[in-house]
Amino acid sequence: MTEALIVTALLLVAGSATAAVAVRDPVRQSLVLAVLGVVLAVLFTVLQAPDVALSQLAVGSALTPLLLLLTVRKVRRRGQRAAGGGGGSDGRRGGGSGP
Amino acid sequence: MSPRMRLWLVATGGAGLAALLVAACLDLPRFGGDRHPYGDQAVEASLSRHTANTVASVTFDQRAFDTLGEMSILFAAVLGSVVLLRQTRDEHRARPEPAAVSRPVRRYALLVLPVALLTGLYVVAHGQVSPGGGFQGGVVAATALHLLYLGADYRALERVRPIAPYEAGDALAASAYLVTGLAALLAGSAFLANTLLPYGTFNTLASAGTVPLLNAAIGMEVACAVVVLLAGFLDQAVEIVDEGEHDDGEYHDDPRQRGK
Repeated sequence: MTEALIVTALLLVAGSATAAVAVRDPVRQSLVLAVLGVVLAVLFTVLQAPDVALSQLAVGSALTPLLLLLTVRKVRRRGQRAAGGGGGSDGRRGGGSGP
Repeated sequence: MSPRMRLWLVATGGAGLAALLVAACLDLPRFGGDRHPYGDQAVEASLSRHTANTVASVTFDQRAFDTLGEMSILFAAVLGSVVLLRQTRDEHRARPEPAAVSRPVRRYALLVLPVALLTGLYVVAHGQVSPGGGFQGGVVAATALHLLYLGADYRALERVRPIAPYEAGDALAASAYLVTGLAALLAGSAFLANTLLPYGTFNTLASAGTVPLLNAAIGMEVACAVVVLLAGFLDQAVEIVDEGEHDDGEYHDDPRQRGK
């Protein structure tokens, strides 16, 4: 029973991790990353590490996707301005080199 | 060095690393086995100090010095982000317009906010008894505050989250951890040794000596650090505008409406 659970959780982790790489749009990627965080938390719980699962849930499925989304928004705003206005000052502080 | 030579170097190094890793993995104890020499010793040490959660005993008692290092890493990382994300001379602030929030989202966010905040505080307070602790609870409490951004808008969040006290709280909590360690030293024991307080009754809130104190310090440090970190990112994403960026009106939209 436990082994079946572990194998299922491992397969889910492998699946969502592959999806996180396969999805190319950073916004969708961060959502897939949140799902991966939840699945990893399940895996850690099944492996009897609830402490790590809690950290993973809080950081991996809430904090990291949120930081990614905010970064994408800032980078896109800069990219749009550079494309529209032709201002060549993009990436002055290394922030404009996004997708 | 020619590219060909470099490739060979990488291949040799990689092959050596792979061989060593495989050799080490062959020597590991079996997956899910019943022989855990390190675990047995850790459990014994944690029980002798009346700590029900052995993981908390390892992080805040047996290896409290290690946790001090981890806390410093987070502190330095947040400090670095704050410096990098500060408002520079060629940027200015634009007040974000109040955004319209659909009613179900608002209701859900405002309903979940107090529950999530309380859960975070509960996890911090019960670190010595049940899974969790300062780090986990701190992150939960700090992210819970940001539900206000989802449920209301950025200005509402800024009202409950003035940054200065959180920056001071971050530094204060980090020093509290250090002072607890120094207190043990002053009392004639080793730095961060868990000898300062009585060990209390097993499996209650008042147990495990200094573990709850260190847990609270870490909880406050992590919560303040996450709030300050997210504030830096939010400022850049919502409020701070480059020269020439202000006239396209694009920044009035909401990150929540993107990617749908």
